[in-house]
Formats: sequence, structure tokens, C-alpha cells
Amino acid sequence: MSEFRTATTRRGKKELQKRAPKLIESGKKTLVLHGTKTSSVLNAVLTQIYHLKKESAVKYSRKNDKINPFEAGGETSLEFFSQKTDCSLFLYGSHSKKRPNNLVIGRTYDHHVYDLVEVGIENFRPMESFVYDKKLAPKEGSKPFMAFIGEGFESIIGLKHLKEVLLDLFRGEVVENLNLAGVDHAYVCTALSSTKVFFTHCALRLKKSGTVVPKMELVEVGPSMDMVIRRHRPPNESVRKEAMRSSKDKPKKKEKNVKKDPLQGKIGNVYIPDQKIGEMALPNKSKGVKRERREARQNHGSDEHASKKKKEEDS
Amino acid sequence: MEIEGEKMFEVDLGNLMAYDSHSTVSSQQSREKLVKECLEKGTELVQAIADSLFTLPSTEDIDGPLVKLPPPTTKLPREKHMPRPRPPTKWEEFAKKKGIINRKKDKIVFDEQSETWKRRHGYDRANDEEAIPIIEAKPTDDPDEDPFAKRRENKKGRVDKQEKNRVQNLRNAAKFGDLPSHVQLAATSLPITGTQAVQKKVTKDELGNVAGIASTATASGGKFDKKLPGEKPLKHKGKFRKFPPVAPAADGKATGPTEREQAEKILNKILSKNNHDILNVKKAVTVTNVKKEKNRRSDKSKSSTTNSKLKPQKKPFKKGGSAKKGNPKTQ
Repeated sequence: MSEFRTATTRRGKKELQKRAPKLIESGKKTLVLHGTKTSSVLNAVLTQIYHLKKESAVKYSRKNDKINPFEAGGETSLEFFSQKTDCSLFLYGSHSKKRPNNLVIGRTYDHHVYDLVEVGIENFRPMESFVYDKKLAPKEGSKPFMAFIGEGFESIIGLKHLKEVLLDLFRGEVVENLNLAGVDHAYVCTALSSTKVFFTHCALRLKKSGTVVPKMELVEVGPSMDMVIRRHRPPNESVRKEAMRSSKDKPKKKEKNVKKDPLQGKIGNVYIPDQKIGEMALPNKSKGVKRERREARQNHGSDEHASKKKKEEDS
Repeated sequence: MEIEGEKMFEVDLGNLMAYDSHSTVSSQQSREKLVKECLEKGTELVQAIADSLFTLPSTEDIDGPLVKLPPPTTKLPREKHMPRPRPPTKWEEFAKKKGIINRKKDKIVFDEQSETWKRRHGYDRANDEEAIPIIEAKPTDDPDEDPFAKRRENKKGRVDKQEKNRVQNLRNAAKFGDLPSHVQLAATSLPITGTQAVQKKVTKDELGNVAGIASTATASGGKFDKKLPGEKPLKHKGKFRKFPPVAPAADGKATGPTEREQAEKILNKILSKNNHDILNVKKAVTVTNVKKEKNRRSDKSKSSTTNSKLKPQKKPFKKGGSAKKGNPKTQ
């Protein structure tokens, strides 16, 4: 038991390698937890967001005290959990008289708190309260569409920050190939005022239109809520610069089998698989087709002609 | 779909995101109307994304048409740092220096003792030190010494040394670069300090000094207390005053502020505090005049027609402000 964790099994080794920093990152995981006091509304919000993000989220069921994300010392528990669960996004819910139905959405960089947005939940409608055709229900893990409405998302820094955080939270994995049959839900966020955002989750109904592009229809499936921005802490400038650094496109794949010769130019080897000539069936084994017999017949045929002529001459 | 008027959305196809910066939804209407309006606007945005999405070149797959999405345009922060290169281990450095090349070894080696081919590592391995049943005694050997035990001890020593080196290499890697991907820091050595950076580790000397200083914080000045192990006595016992050198050092290097400079500094501070002259009027006037001349000259060269009044006002009191500092509320 040293200061380093190493794995004894191959599977354990793979698990550790998943958590190592990579050049191109895969999806972020979310940690959903709550503080000492929560309300029923907040509990519902947390569980429903967890269900929306089932595969890529971890939910803690016990209450956690001593978490104050906006205070200097109150982030240590969050950072420890982030390290333990390898989650870079967290959703912390708490309820107090001063801040009712409070939800703190935060991101971490290198398991240190990167930025925070504190939001109050109002007018929450759970998924169960929506009535819709069950066939439209979106499948778990499908990539959602994101729609943001309102100029406030550009002009007001609080809303701009919230837009970025919501995008990070709900966008899912960044994929190269998308199956068009699998697009079935969308998140719609509207800026109602400089502090309020209306957030809802809708299923998509694709209708046949004349062209390749189907006609889209949104059907609310929930949950829907109003988010009121209370506080937000933007990231530290130097940390932000470091976090926004991205690798230059894709790492250059080494071109295999190509050699550049100064005399011959670009050369490569052509590898042919074993043709197994000995085991191949000959195309036609019939007697009449064999070359020798054919040739013999030809010669014999010419002799016959000669003999026939001779016979004619004779007769 | 027709784009009416100036309705252009910012579409980020890699993220399947669309942003409408022109519409506003009024919050004064009833809840149902508000929701309906939001859904309508949302439908427009989603339609815009779908337009560009379904027109991408698609390949047929078993489940449905596959499209290749472009990379997302909105940049989001990473969750972990970029992988840093691992510093070379002590062996790697040595090998590089000596030019030692790592050659692949055979799995089966010829065992001299049994004169058969055995595996290199594992059960019943070739050239195993511990498998030798008889060790011939040399005349120089000590009769009480157990050579088998000695061999085992040596091996244990070698294994421990290797383990120590391995841990040292990992510590080095963690400090100056990244750990190898299959190794992680254990929970006890995690640098969790909230938003602060990793705290500097206090050295043994520093601790000793601090312990010495703290030990004097008793009624009797720490004279009659038992000294703790590692506690260092105070460097300067009793009253301590540091005097700067009167003359500059013999080697001509900078020795810090001289006594004269120190006294001057204090004097200036006191005098400026009680100085009622807010402004060195002469100096301020010349400074502003020079600035005006400069601006006039640059304006003439640029031949700009804008009135200087329309230009952003530069703070004219900047120079005077530093002198003003010496006089906090004049009352």
C-alpha cells in the first residue's frame, strides 16, 4: 500500500488507464449530490436530471455537509468526490431559507473547481406530469439537440456562462458518426429576462416532408423548470487558458507500408494472401478438354482430310 | 425551409446546437402562452439544425443512415490537463548515456546445470540461484554462516532496492510530468486544497527553526522546557537588530539598502504624509502641455476630422494623483 495505485489485474489496469489524461477526451461524467437540507422539488430535479444522464452520471444518495462551493474551504469534499468518481461536472442541491431550491452546477479541471453557476429552481414540472404518446419517449443515451433562444445568452455574462455550462452538461459524448434514426430529443432554453431561463426537455417527432429533411415537431416530455441565476463564479483566467488548449486536430496517423526511395520514388509492398493453389478445384476435368487430346484430335483431323482427299483422288 | 427576414441562427452542427440571438420571448404573458412560444421558437431552431444535418452525405448502415458530423465549433474546457511527457527513468537515462540497446530476450534459455532448455522466468526456470541444492564451501568461508540464507538475503536486498528505485522514478514522474497511464496517486497523497495550488512541503530545517521559535513562546522564554527532538535553538538569542553595512562590500556586489538609504526612505514617507502641497503645479502644467502638443501633432499627421472632444477622455489627473496619495483626507 504505497502512495501509488497500481492494478494487479489487466482489467484493473484498463480501468486506471481510462482515468488517465488523454489527448482527445471522451464524455464528461456528472456527480449528483445534495447537502444537509433539500426540498421535495430539489430532490425531484436531481433525480430526474440523473435519469436523463443515466450512463454518464453518478448519484450520491446520502446527505453531505461541509460543502460550500462558493467558499474557499468548502470545495475540498467536492474535489475529493470528483477524484474518486472521476467526474468533472457536479450538481449540488441544497435548500435554505435564504436560497430556496438552490442548485449549483459546477465544473472541475484536473479535479479542482473550475467554475460554478448557482441557480434557483422555480415552476418545476416533473416528467410524470407530461402526457404524451409513449412511442415518442426518447431513448437513453441518444445525442440531444440543443436550442438556445434569446439575445441575453450573448450579452449578459451570467447567462453566457449558464449557456456554456448547460451545453457541457447535456450535450453527451462528442461523436464523429451519428445515426439519423436515433435523434429523438431536444433541450430548449429560453432567456426570459437577464436572470431567468426557461429550460425544458422535448421529444422530437419527425414527420414526412417532400424533401430529405423531415419536418420537426417538439413534444414536451419534461422535466421543465425556470432557472434563476443567483451567483456565478467564472474560471480563473490562467486556468481557463490552460483548459481551453486543444490538441491540433487529430494526431497524425503513421502511414504504414510506404517508403520513399530517392531513386524509385514512393514504394510500398503489396501483400497477397496465400492463394492455396494446391487446394483449388480445377475448372473442368472432363477428358475431351485436355490439351493433349485436343491437339491429337486436330492432327488426326488433318490426317483424315489428307486421307479423304487421297481417297477422292483415288476414286 | 425559407429563412424569413433576418432570422439567421448560429448552428453548431458538431454539438447539434442552435442559438437564436434575435428573438425575445416576453415573460409577461401567461405560462401556457410562454411555453407555447418557446416551443415554437425551439422548433424553428431544431428545424434549422435538421436542415443542415439531413443534407450531410450519409452512408447506409444496418440501423439507419450514418452521417459524419463536423467537429464542434463551440469550444468547451477540458476536464483534465493535456498529457505531459514522462521524464525518463534513471535506468533510461543511464542506458541512453551508455548507448545500451534493449534487445528482445528468448523465452527459453539453456540451463547449464540440468543441460536442458528451460523457461527464463517462472516455475522451474533456467539458471535459478535458489534451485542449487549444494553449494561448495570455499576455504575463506565462515563455518557458521549459512550460504543459502545469505543468498536469500542478498536477493531480498536487490528486490527492495529495485522497489525503492521504482517508487523514486514514479515520484519523479509525478513531480515533473505525468504518471504512466496505469498508475494513479493513492487517496492519501492527493493534492486537494480547494482552489489553491498544491501547498509547498515544509522542509525539515524549516520545521526545526519554526519549532525553536515557537518554543520561546512560554512565560519563561522556553528556558526550562524539555527540548523536543529536531527542535533547533533560536538563531539570534535575545534582542536582535540587524544593521546594514556602512561601507559597500569588498567584491563590489550589491549589499542591499545602506543605512543612509533606509533613513531617507523613512524620512520621505513621513514628510510626504504631512506635506500639504497636493500638486507640484509647475510640473503638472508642463506635463499636460507636453501631452497636448503630442496629441496635436499626431492629430495633424493623421488628419482626422473628429473633434478631440469626441475622443475618449484621457485621465488628466494621473500624474497629480500619485502626489495626492500622500495626503489622504485633508480636513
